Amino acid sequence: MNNESYLNMELLRFTTAGSVDDGKSTLIGRLLYDSKSIFIDQLEAITKISNRKGLDHIDLSLLTDGLKDEREQGITIDVAYRYFATPKRKFIIADTPGHIQYTRNMVTGASTANVALILIDARKGVIEQTYRHSFIASLLQIPHLIVCVNKMDLVDFDEKVFNDIVSVYENFASKLDVKDIRFIPISALQGDNVVNRSENTNWYQGSTLMHTLENMHIGSDQNHLDPRFSVQTIIRPHTTSYHDFRSYAGRIDGGIFRKGEEVLVLPSGLKNTIKSIFYGNTEITEAFPPMSVSMTLTDEIDISRGDIIVKQNNQPEVSQDVEVMFCWLNENPLNLSGKYFLKHTTNGVRAVFKEIVYKIDMKTITRNETDKEIFTNDIFRAKIRTTKPLLFDTYRKNRNTGSLILVDEVTNETLAAGMIV
Amino acid sequence: MSIVYPKYNYMNNYLLKHLKELESESIYIIREVFAQFDNPAILFSGGKDSIVLTHLAIKAFWPAKIPFPLVHIDTGHNFPETITYRDWMINQIGAKLIVGYVQNSIDTGRTKEETGSNASRNALQTITLLDTISEHQLDACMGGARRDEEKARAKERVFSHRDEFGQWNPKNQRPELWNLFNGKKLVGEHFRVFPISNWTEMDIWQYILAEKIEIPSLYFSHKREVIHRNGSILATSPYITVRNDETVTKKTVRYRTCGDMTITGAIESTASTVEEIINEVAASRITERGSREDDKRSETSMEDRKKQGYF
Repeated sequence: MNNESYLNMELLRFTTAGSVDDGKSTLIGRLLYDSKSIFIDQLEAITKISNRKGLDHIDLSLLTDGLKDEREQGITIDVAYRYFATPKRKFIIADTPGHIQYTRNMVTGASTANVALILIDARKGVIEQTYRHSFIASLLQIPHLIVCVNKMDLVDFDEKVFNDIVSVYENFASKLDVKDIRFIPISALQGDNVVNRSENTNWYQGSTLMHTLENMHIGSDQNHLDPRFSVQTIIRPHTTSYHDFRSYAGRIDGGIFRKGEEVLVLPSGLKNTIKSIFYGNTEITEAFPPMSVSMTLTDEIDISRGDIIVKQNNQPEVSQDVEVMFCWLNENPLNLSGKYFLKHTTNGVRAVFKEIVYKIDMKTITRNETDKEIFTNDIFRAKIRTTKPLLFDTYRKNRNTGSLILVDEVTNETLAAGMIV
Repeated sequence: MSIVYPKYNYMNNYLLKHLKELESESIYIIREVFAQFDNPAILFSGGKDSIVLTHLAIKAFWPAKIPFPLVHIDTGHNFPETITYRDWMINQIGAKLIVGYVQNSIDTGRTKEETGSNASRNALQTITLLDTISEHQLDACMGGARRDEEKARAKERVFSHRDEFGQWNPKNQRPELWNLFNGKKLVGEHFRVFPISNWTEMDIWQYILAEKIEIPSLYFSHKREVIHRNGSILATSPYITVRNDETVTKKTVRYRTCGDMTITGAIESTASTVEEIINEVAASRITERGSREDDKRSETSMEDRKKQGYF
């Protein structure tokens, strides 16, 4: 591929969710294989293992098994990242395991995804796991869901089986906070409707999975409305040619910033004007998410890491009391009287829990307001108080300024992922 | 390193193109490392990935110089072209260079040279690396590893925690969500950080082309005396013992990775420009590490080395 068309490709990140044995690894293997993203030495390695296991076909799922323990046990333990590209887009797959630790891993994989692939075994239909995975995708505000009804070959590519699953799922999905849901009948094992259109599903008029991934609109997945710029670090060259140069480096969290615009620096509340915006050493006139830029301002004021640059007429919320949907990731249960280190944008504060509002019963996807013991993989809503005010947006409005993590002050482990409500 | 920033269309309707998105992500990570750690460094091998990483670090802090040193672990078995390039580049960018010598680790009895005709200093680097980290009290070492390189790397975090022995525990990695990287650690522990985790080999080459980044001459086609061993083409050098059944021939080759002379296999190639390399990579059906002897030792050799503190 020539340089120019390569530079024109877009990036799409997706995550895959499914329960054990519904063919997730085979589907990823199929996408890699049919898009010719597999190399001969990788193919030889998995052919060798398939033969050793006495299989009569090449087990494509072996392509995605990473660590020694996983290969020995035939299961996936941790989120693995895979890459493939077509002439149109480059894809990053966050491949998350379907069983143990599924919540923790799926939340991790989902946090940066544009799209979630939900796999359903056509023979089993919509099951408890399907609801859980879809709920997590909705909770993490993944903009697009693709429901792949897999193993269609095992139900004779029966249109009715597919339609029944779609209608059960749609009934449930009306309660989800997801705007774009699509359904595709596939066979990952045989390749039907994955990359190539299937002869076996003439009743299906929609796109193949690959075509959908390549063409779905992702231009609106970032927030372009509410200007937010969290300062990461200050650049001061101290050289003769840039003697008094001082720029504020960071990544645009939301909205569009333009040279010459008046801005507001928080928490100081001081007004200022954007003098210049740099991308690398190139001066640009406007910046938008997720660009990493540096900005100079006309007035010299005291700005440090953790400050946020916004617009006067569009400011984030400011509070020490925040309500958050959490996913508890750590193996040890939540200690309500504990103090936690909280990371939010480029800011760090300490936080305590004031109240557990409810916990989600993952079997029924309903609120449980009586059981407030929080263990690993629990999803719950809580009120917290921080030592300093947070400058935030709701997670629904902006994934960058609405997300946070809790860190253990003793072990330094990442304990929980939080989405501000 | 020449710093030329070509103007190409990096966006369309406020959607960043994929290489620019990767570039922005990497710059964000590099700046996070600078902000969260006291004493970070770049692990510089002289290979294309650490060259791209260094290029991104230049962009991250422009117009200031890179505010941390580059660390090179010199096995003593490097290609001379790599060292020439390293010294030229350091001079260009005005960064500080720290060199850790594997030979010193051998001389002081910290490690022992492997013997036999397959001997390599690849595994010995780990000791020298960990010694260099503790000598200079580095608390975060950025490396150019990519997740598409090898199966054990596919599960590595961007901020990868190492215990006080420098070891990686793949089963106890911190979850990594959104852009919130947790670099908190106890005294004596350190981090390995991989800012270009999400880049593929093709991304690296296309970026080198687009940004006109200079790379060592090894990557381009040249004539060299080689032997064939275990399906690899290895360069003859003072560090390799030619066996009786092996014959030395002169071939037109180039390298896809820059490791030690003893283990890095060449490929027969006439590609002499970055464009030609890209065409070759696009047509290639073998992974770049497929010609690395160190990965062939066992199916899990990378995973085993990483657990002990390898790059």
